[in-house]
Amino acid sequence: MLELLRQAWTVARKDLLLEFRTRTAIVSAVVFTALVLTVFNFGRDPTAVSVIDLGPTILWVTFTFAAMLALNRAFQLELENQALEGLLVSPVSRTSLYWGKLLANLAFVAVVESVGLPLFVLFFNVPVGRVLLPLVGVIALATLGFVAVGTLFSALVIRTRFAELLLVVLLLPFLVPPLIAAVQVTARLLGGRPLSEAVGYLKLLAAYDIVFVSLASLLFRFTVDE
Amino acid sequence: MSLLHKGRWLTLVGLALLAGVYMRALAFTPVERLQGPAQKIYYLHVPAAIWAEMAMVLVGLASVFYLFLKDPRLDRFAAASAEVGTVFAAIVLTTGPLWGKPIWGTWWTWDARLTSTLLLFFLYIGYLLLRDAVRDPALGARYAAVLGICGMFLVPFIHLSVYLFRTLHPQPIVLKPSAPSLPGSMLETWLFSLGVFTLLYVGFVSQRYALSLLREHEDHA
Repeated sequence: MLELLRQAWTVARKDLLLEFRTRTAIVSAVVFTALVLTVFNFGRDPTAVSVIDLGPTILWVTFTFAAMLALNRAFQLELENQALEGLLVSPVSRTSLYWGKLLANLAFVAVVESVGLPLFVLFFNVPVGRVLLPLVGVIALATLGFVAVGTLFSALVIRTRFAELLLVVLLLPFLVPPLIAAVQVTARLLGGRPLSEAVGYLKLLAAYDIVFVSLASLLFRFTVDE
Repeated sequence: MSLLHKGRWLTLVGLALLAGVYMRALAFTPVERLQGPAQKIYYLHVPAAIWAEMAMVLVGLASVFYLFLKDPRLDRFAAASAEVGTVFAAIVLTTGPLWGKPIWGTWWTWDARLTSTLLLFFLYIGYLLLRDAVRDPALGARYAAVLGICGMFLVPFIHLSVYLFRTLHPQPIVLKPSAPSLPGSMLETWLFSLGVFTLLYVGFVSQRYALSLLREHEDHA
């Protein structure tokens, strides 16, 4: 188990180092997030629709789009110079490889979200002070679920035609259950409702995370082997 | 008799019996007191919905076994079941609005059940697209199996969201923990229709299976 995690960390560190050195993808994703939030601002009439009604949707649609950008690059960058083959012949188990990719994707999305959330608060003047901790918790819970599925699917599509497009088409139906739950919990939090009202959705999110992280860990080896 | 012919015969019998379902539902089953004739769509809508979901579960199960046994028959079955499931999901999505307009006053609403059926439909489309997008058949089968298994696990989550959401959609009246709350004659018509849809599912899948078998032979020749 410890060995598994150590190998996963090695893979994740390689990805993050690569990302840190070039910074193109992460900067693009952050700018993209800011742009989507800006566009949303023009998509509503502030005198007619209060931000509490639309806020959770704006936040989650933005995060979903940003996450998909991140997921697309996860295995795309391994295609150059047949880097994936190198990874596969290295003494790293398939599960570690998946977890490493998952960790790197989670870090990538977390950076984007940690810029996106303050921008969301700033642009839409949402009071999050009192609920910041539970809100971050919900974001973490939902993000883990859809990045877990997304990492698996991004490995699934790399050898297909129209990989970027296909990933989105395959992934969106899987994003909807966590997305629904996340939007509902966020709406309760921003509306000042007690967290106990959202227990059902939190359970759904937790169950989704457990099921799909385990499932993806088991299925991953079938997606990369030739 | 080849599988293709068997499938064709099953489908023909199923279609003839489907006409029988129409007859029985329209002429020999009482009209529902509150919904009037619109309720008749129930006899098609619900059996189609059951098989649309069952087909996904069967795709998932076949996929699990395919990954371990590598038996191409399982992959062919999964592909066939997914195509038939797509058709059944499309039936659900077209018969639903036909009922929704007179009863709810709208063709479509973002209700949990409608949304989840639409998602199931998109899941099927994605699955079929993925099968098309991979050139190497063996690789495509493996990828499709991975997606099929994930799809099977998504179905319960779709269902959970149904119970968490407030829904406009009528609650199940036959497949529920307590006894069916449907008058006997309506229940009989419904069960008859469920049987016919089962027959149609088997008929369609065997034809589709036989076709992919023929196509493989053609490719090898």
